[in-house]
Amino acid sequence: MLTMTTLVASITVFVLAIFLGFELISKVPPTLHTPLMSGANAISGITIVGALFLSNAEFNNGDPGTASWLAFIALVMATINVVGGFMVTNKMLGMIAGKKRRGGK
Amino acid sequence: MVDPVIWDIGYLFSAALFILGIKRLSSPRTAPQGNMLGAYGMLLAVLVTLVKMYTEEVIGYELIIGGLLVGSTIGYVMATRVEMTEMPELVALFNGFGGGASALVALSEVLKRIQDSNVPEQGVELYATWVAIGLSGIVGWVTLSGSLMAMGKLRGGFYIPFSKKDERGRNKWVNFPTWGPPWLNFVKGSILLACFSLIGLTIQDPHNYDYIYSMVFLSCLLGILFVIPIGGADMPVVVSLLNSMSGIAAAFTGFVIGNNVLIIAGSMVGAAGLILTFIMCKAMNRTLAAVLFKSFGGGGRETVSRSKVGSDPEEVAMVCDGISKCVIIPGYGMAVSQAQHAVKEFADLLEAQGVEISYGIHPVAGRMPGHMNVLLAEASVPYEQLIEMDDVNSELPETDVALVIGANDTVNPVARSGEGPLGGMPIIDADKARVVVIIKRSLSVGYAGVDNDLFYEDKTMMLFGDGKKMMNELNAAIKEL
Repeated sequence: MLTMTTLVASITVFVLAIFLGFELISKVPPTLHTPLMSGANAISGITIVGALFLSNAEFNNGDPGTASWLAFIALVMATINVVGGFMVTNKMLGMIAGKKRRGGK
Repeated sequence: MVDPVIWDIGYLFSAALFILGIKRLSSPRTAPQGNMLGAYGMLLAVLVTLVKMYTEEVIGYELIIGGLLVGSTIGYVMATRVEMTEMPELVALFNGFGGGASALVALSEVLKRIQDSNVPEQGVELYATWVAIGLSGIVGWVTLSGSLMAMGKLRGGFYIPFSKKDERGRNKWVNFPTWGPPWLNFVKGSILLACFSLIGLTIQDPHNYDYIYSMVFLSCLLGILFVIPIGGADMPVVVSLLNSMSGIAAAFTGFVIGNNVLIIAGSMVGAAGLILTFIMCKAMNRTLAAVLFKSFGGGGRETVSRSKVGSDPEEVAMVCDGISKCVIIPGYGMAVSQAQHAVKEFADLLEAQGVEISYGIHPVAGRMPGHMNVLLAEASVPYEQLIEMDDVNSELPETDVALVIGANDTVNPVARSGEGPLGGMPIIDADKARVVVIIKRSLSVGYAGVDNDLFYEDKTMMLFGDGKKMMNELNAAIKEL
């Protein structure tokens, strides 16, 4: 049950987190622009939590209903976003950091 | 029955891991660790959710387990198979999936509520929930369709399936359109307004499916119209803006399902993406509004009237013989022709002769933020040799040869005059070097539609041709010397 109090609390968290985001990324070297973007993108896959809750459905007569099928597609997309996103970021960073260690003649 | 507070504490830990992760991602030394922390945070959030669902009664596992398995497999395969040159497209695609997932969660939630007759009475709950569902849907669908458009643009075009094959057995290739008459902004504004009005209408009549599906359709259309006028060189801005939007969509979804970890992670990603967007805009000396609403370089392209005799690789090889410092300035052309390995080979050949090599990286070179850095890292270029614009500009007056490969606007001296489309954009001062070698297919204007005086200077040598092919010929010529 959503009340005025919980709504205001959520908006507070929302606003503070935006400020936090601005503060966290004040100066980023260009080398990290792509990994930062793809890492942050993987984190935005947190919507997977919502998809999980809504995928919780029963197969009555083989059909869980439109809402659940939509949640299932959402779950697949969010999981691709999360798994693929973190792996790709890791791959890029491995390359950048790996080169860094071997570099410098 | 477990005290529900335990779940919130679990989610709080996961939010803290995301914050630490993003923080560490912004410094080269700690970035790999930051990515891992983010991944742990996500794993924790998923585990907490699964355990919570388990204790509170799971109705059916089929969709949950199936979705996780299918998604992980596809994500794993895509991430493993991707080539570094395809990275911008893949990031755009993942981003679209993130936004699409948020939009689908919102849609699923609203349908489920109608189906279960769980629509709240008129009041705070109805307003807040329905506005959140609407916003999460709009932002999510725009992100999905916009990202798919951006992916097409980053790829440059697509093959039409089942069309007539050419002699190399490929289908017909169609270039992705860039199209944006001034009245399109009015259309986009009206659609956005219509979407917001539809949120109002769904609150009045929450059971009307027509409103919901119209909103889905209009938001998808808006995403397409939003990206279609934006040309190639503005892609870094759009890609990072879409990244920001996928975060915002996730945050709104957090309001829908009443979960703080979504709100925190989503809005943080939104803010971080927005900062990156502004960094990109600043590097191009354009405002975000100009990127989004003004078609750039479309009208009034200068036609090239002057001509310049091209040099051949042997001449350039001789010029490069016995120099002490060379700066390589890559642009989108290097990415298109996938010349980064040939460029690295060139650098190795010169380094073997004792030449000091550095790479001058313009912040918006390429099609996504940091594009050149990723490509050159793939070709094993040492990190220390990648020099930011401001620092390389102080080195260029002492440079013997500046090798510009596939870049144009980012080295155009006319930007310093402060006039025209490029006026005031920070550039790499390639013209300060003793000799400038430019590898480019023709003298044609760059993305901004402005002729480049640098091509016609006496100290400039033009190598006309495909970046990779010319680099390989140049390398061969150096080896023969």
